[in-house]
Amino acid sequence: MNSLPRIRLEKRLDTPRWLGVATPVFSVLAALLVIAVIFGLLGVNPLVAYARIFTGAFGSLYGLSETVTKAIPLMLAGAGLAVAFRARVYNIGAEGQLLIGAVCATGVALFVPGVPDGLRLPAMFVAGALGGALWAMVPAVLKARLRIDEVLTSLMTVYIASELVNYLVYGPWKGLYESGFPYSDKFPPAAQIPRIGITRIHYPTLILALLAAVLAYFLVRRTRWGFEIRVTGENPEAARYAGMNYLRTAMLVMALSGALAGIAGVGEVAGIHYRLRYPQGISPGYGFTAIIVAWLARLNPLGVILTALLIGGLLVGGDAIQLAMGLPSATVYLFNGMILLFVLGGDLFTRYQIRIELPGRAVATPVRLEREEVG
Amino acid sequence: MSIWAYIFSVLQAAIPAGTPLLYGTLGEVTAERSGVVNLGVEGMMIMGAVTAFGVAQATGNAFLAIAAAALVGGLLALIHAFASITLRVNQVVSGLALTMLGQGISGMMGKRFIGMPPRVQLKPVPIPGLSDLPVLGPLLFQHDLLVYIGLLMVPVLWFLFYRTRWGINLRSVGESPATADAMGVNVFQVRYLAVFFGGLMAGIGGAYLSIVYAPAWIEGMTAGIGWIVIALTIFAMWDPVRGLLGAYLFGSVRVLQYRLQGLGISPPLLNMLPFILTILVLMFSAGEAMRKRLGAPAALMQPYTREER
Repeated sequence: MNSLPRIRLEKRLDTPRWLGVATPVFSVLAALLVIAVIFGLLGVNPLVAYARIFTGAFGSLYGLSETVTKAIPLMLAGAGLAVAFRARVYNIGAEGQLLIGAVCATGVALFVPGVPDGLRLPAMFVAGALGGALWAMVPAVLKARLRIDEVLTSLMTVYIASELVNYLVYGPWKGLYESGFPYSDKFPPAAQIPRIGITRIHYPTLILALLAAVLAYFLVRRTRWGFEIRVTGENPEAARYAGMNYLRTAMLVMALSGALAGIAGVGEVAGIHYRLRYPQGISPGYGFTAIIVAWLARLNPLGVILTALLIGGLLVGGDAIQLAMGLPSATVYLFNGMILLFVLGGDLFTRYQIRIELPGRAVATPVRLEREEVG
Repeated sequence: MSIWAYIFSVLQAAIPAGTPLLYGTLGEVTAERSGVVNLGVEGMMIMGAVTAFGVAQATGNAFLAIAAAALVGGLLALIHAFASITLRVNQVVSGLALTMLGQGISGMMGKRFIGMPPRVQLKPVPIPGLSDLPVLGPLLFQHDLLVYIGLLMVPVLWFLFYRTRWGINLRSVGESPATADAMGVNVFQVRYLAVFFGGLMAGIGGAYLSIVYAPAWIEGMTAGIGWIVIALTIFAMWDPVRGLLGAYLFGSVRVLQYRLQGLGISPPLLNMLPFILTILVLMFSAGEAMRKRLGAPAALMQPYTREER
């Protein structure tokens, strides 16, 4: 045996309920602690920064309304990703699907004549959902037909979608009345999603987002198809023996997560900006941040409602410290990456018991051996 | 300019353009050979780029800068190694987290470097004798030191993989860790080393971008190169020699991207090229893998433990 202490993981038979809630919370706290250290090393006072993040996001009505506003796209994309990841289908391309949703909505808002005013917005939402789903079909079909791993292809479609938006706003869709800026023309009033009062909360999209999370939850928990998703994700072998069609499930969850991300894109252009803008102007990486939202909720679509609000707050607070302390926009990625890493590590506590073996001590007891065999 | 002269000039420029990809790919090929996918290449590269630029500004020493970049890349890779090998967490998500981390920290570290003129730049070093060869001389032997080292790494890694005990251990750990373990190979040690090496190489690839290829610090300057590396690893069928071909192929595309811009084609459309090509390359590799029954290391993405089966 080694002279170093060894870390051993033992599978748990069942996860206590409180652990399922406690681990994400502690994971986030641990991540924030490590980020504080990095802030310190980079010469940023972490206490001041954290205080500003908190007051920025939750300390005022304006901050709270912005938190809800930013939670909308995270909730939509996050709910879809939670379902996809459940089936172990790694759609990393939600950001691209969101952008395509925005493009489709813009197309319907500005370039389709003859749509009655009352139908303009519904048509935009449908177009955005379809666009996002179709865009997600690129990696889905490649996976189904050629067995190409969806991680890379879905990510490539993000870059392509982003350049497509650039092409449109610098080229054919560049607004006639937007001199100099890479923006499309402003949407007509019938193509603008209403907001609550003076806030930027475009509530119809918020309602859609809440509905999506609830429906996704019921889909996963209460339907036959959801059962297939869960079995496929937890035990692909068993799913195959039971005659479940993995590739069909993969296509369906890709389409679903793409459609929801597409709707998120519609909300951003029609609820916030009222125009198509350069890609980072539409989404500061909502599609990627939604990955963390989904994981933090432990892939439970209902939990996504909560984690979307939490991470939305972090984004608002992040904006506040960027302005106040002169930090770059990439700071948000530091939070994203660190939280994801710790949530991933924290997940371990729910699935395994961790034992540290000191050198020279035999620690195998019969009870534990039994557990291993079951696991 | 004749068509041959044009192709020649593109290829000549493609070699430095493909060099960051070459380093990244050789590193990822090694890591994946041991059975660990590291999707954090983009993050390790961008950290290498910012570290190299910072150290070069502070010390004026390019070699110190490259060494520091390699070390930072390696250290980041160790985070992924710990998560995926020891803690056995999901490798896809852990790699993604590493990329985000790298983008975030590099953005914060690099803020003060934005717009700074570079203090050092690695100059081309023609190799005496070889550089005077017709055609091959200017194509291969009039570049900077890192291009040569990258080229040299290809046969060295090939030899290590296929002709040494060490290579057999690496490959067996990636194909069947349980068997390797039974034969007395330390699976964990081999995987840690392979992933660490992958990080070193990604760090150097990043350094090449910020102090050699386009000496400057620009936030997010890797712009997806790290992801292309992952695709190239598949295209290379986990073989260093094919990795070289792939890296220079994408180097050519990068060069063409700039040249075609001069002809008035919209830059965003040209920027799509490498990513569309990546998808095409993956399709090609998938078809080839089916025909020749080639494939990824059998234990790729599978954590190993002695206790559970």
